[in-house]
Amino acid sequence: MGVAAVTRTRIFPLALGLGALAAAILSVEALIRIGVINRFIVPLPSQIVPAFERVIVEEDIAERFRLTFFEAFTAGAMITVVGVSLGLLLFRVNILRQATETWVAAMASAPTVLMYPLFLVIFGRSAWTIIMMGFVAGLPPVILKTIEGLAGTRRVLINVGRSFKLTGVQLFTKILFPAALPTIFVGIRLGLIFTLINVVGVEFLINFGGLGQLINDLAERYDLPGTYAAICFVILVSVCFFVLTEWIERWLRPVD
Amino acid sequence: MAEAGRLNLPAAPKSRALMRAEPVTVVRAAIIVFILLFWEVIAQSGLLYRDVVPSLLAIGAAIVKLLSTSDYYWNLGVTAGEVGIGLAVGGLSGLLIGLALGGNRVLSKSFEPYLYYLGPTPKIIFFPVMIMWFGVGPGSKIAMGAISCFFPIALSTAAGMRQIDKVLIRVGQSFRANAWQMATKIYLPAMRHPTINGVRLGLGVAIIGTLLAETKLSNRGVGFLIIQAYSLFDMPRMYAMLIVLFVVAIGANALVGRLGGLSAIRQR
Repeated sequence: MGVAAVTRTRIFPLALGLGALAAAILSVEALIRIGVINRFIVPLPSQIVPAFERVIVEEDIAERFRLTFFEAFTAGAMITVVGVSLGLLLFRVNILRQATETWVAAMASAPTVLMYPLFLVIFGRSAWTIIMMGFVAGLPPVILKTIEGLAGTRRVLINVGRSFKLTGVQLFTKILFPAALPTIFVGIRLGLIFTLINVVGVEFLINFGGLGQLINDLAERYDLPGTYAAICFVILVSVCFFVLTEWIERWLRPVD
Repeated sequence: MAEAGRLNLPAAPKSRALMRAEPVTVVRAAIIVFILLFWEVIAQSGLLYRDVVPSLLAIGAAIVKLLSTSDYYWNLGVTAGEVGIGLAVGGLSGLLIGLALGGNRVLSKSFEPYLYYLGPTPKIIFFPVMIMWFGVGPGSKIAMGAISCFFPIALSTAAGMRQIDKVLIRVGQSFRANAWQMATKIYLPAMRHPTINGVRLGLGVAIIGTLLAETKLSNRGVGFLIIQAYSLFDMPRMYAMLIVLFVVAIGANALVGRLGGLSAIRQR
C-alpha cells in the first residue's frame, strides 16, 4: 500500500489527530521537566491525570454535575416551552412576526451574558440567576428555528391535510408540527448549547453552583493539576452533550 | 396608454410595499411604547425595589452622565484595545489554521473535529489558566478575546476554503499563477464572505470573552465599570452601561459586515 493510499484510509486521520495530541502532551511534559516551561504555571500532564481521580472523589463531582445538569435542564425545558410557543405565535400572527423577527435575531447575536450582574441583583446569588441567564441566551434560536420550520412546511402536505378537511388543531398536530420538528430541534439544540455555555460560564463568574464553580474554587486554592483536570472534565461534558444532541438531530432529520 | 401603464408599473409595488410596511412600523412602535410604559409603571409602583427597576428618566440621565465623562471613554478605549489585539491575534491564527485545514483533506479530517467540538465549550473556564500564563493585567483579557474568536474564524475559513469553485482554481492554475497570486487573486476573494462572517462571529465572542474576563478580575475596562456599578448598587449606571455596550457591540458587528460589503463593491 502506497503513502497516498494510506492517507486515504479512515483510520489514518484519526491516528494522526490522536498521535499529534499525544506528541503535544509529551512535549509539554518534557519542556516542563527540562525547565523551559515553569511548572508553577503549567503543571506536569503526568500530575493532571491522577488529579482527575482526586477531583472526582474529593470535590463531590457527582453532586456538582447534578446541580449543573439541573440548571441546564430547567433552562432547556424553559427555552423549549417558551421558545416553541413564541415561535408558533409569531408564525400564526404574521404582522407580529414581521415586526419582531429582526429583534429576535438581533437578540441572538447580542452579548446577553454581560447582563449577569443585573440578574444577580434581581434573582440574588442563586441557581435562578444561572437558570435565567441560560434561558435568555438560549431562547432566540428556538424561536427563530420554530418559525423557520413551520414556515418551511411543504405546500403539498398542507393541501393534503386540507383535502382531508382537517381542523386547525389537527392540521397543526398532524402536518405542521411533525414536518417542522427536525428544524425545531436544530433550534432547541443550538439553544441548549448556548444555555450550557452560559450556565457553566455564569457558575464560574458568580462562584456558585456546580462545575463552573469547581474550576473557580480549585484556581483560588492554586491547585494547578486540579484546575486543569476540572477544565478537561468540563470540556469532556460539553463535547459529550454536543455529540449527543448532534446524534439526536441526525436521527430526527428526514431521509431525502 | 400602454406606455403610461408601463411607466406606472414600477410605482405600484412600491406603494403596496409602503402600505404593507406601515402596520409593521405601527406594531413596532406600539411594542416599544408598551414596554417603556410597563417599565415605568413597575418602576413607579414599588412592586419591585425601586433601585432594581429605576425609572426611565433616571436611566436616561445616567446614559447622558456616562457619555459625558472622560473616564468612561478611557475605559472603553482599554476594552476596545484588548478586543482589537485579541481579535488580531486570534483572527490571524484562526485564518492561518483555517487555510491549512481547508486546503488539505487529511489535516482537516485529523484536526478539524477537535476545533468543531471545542468551539461550543464555555471559553471563560480557561480564564484561571490565562491569568497564570499572562498575569492579571490586560494580557489575560487579550488572551481570552483571542481564544474566543479563534474557533469561529478558523472553522469559517476552513469551510470557506472548501467551498471555492474548482473552476476558479483551475483557471488560476491554467494562468500559471504562483502560490501568492493564487492566494491573493483566487482563494481570498472567493472565500471572502465566509471569512467576513467568521470575523463577525469572532468579534462578537471576542467582545464577550474580554468583557467577562474584565468583570471577573480587572481594575480597568468597561467590564470592570459594570461590576463596579453592581458592587456600589448604582443600578441606573449599570443599565446605562449595558445599553451603551449593546449599541457599541451591535454597531461594531454591523461595521465589520459593512466593510466586507464595501470591499465587494470596490472589486466589482
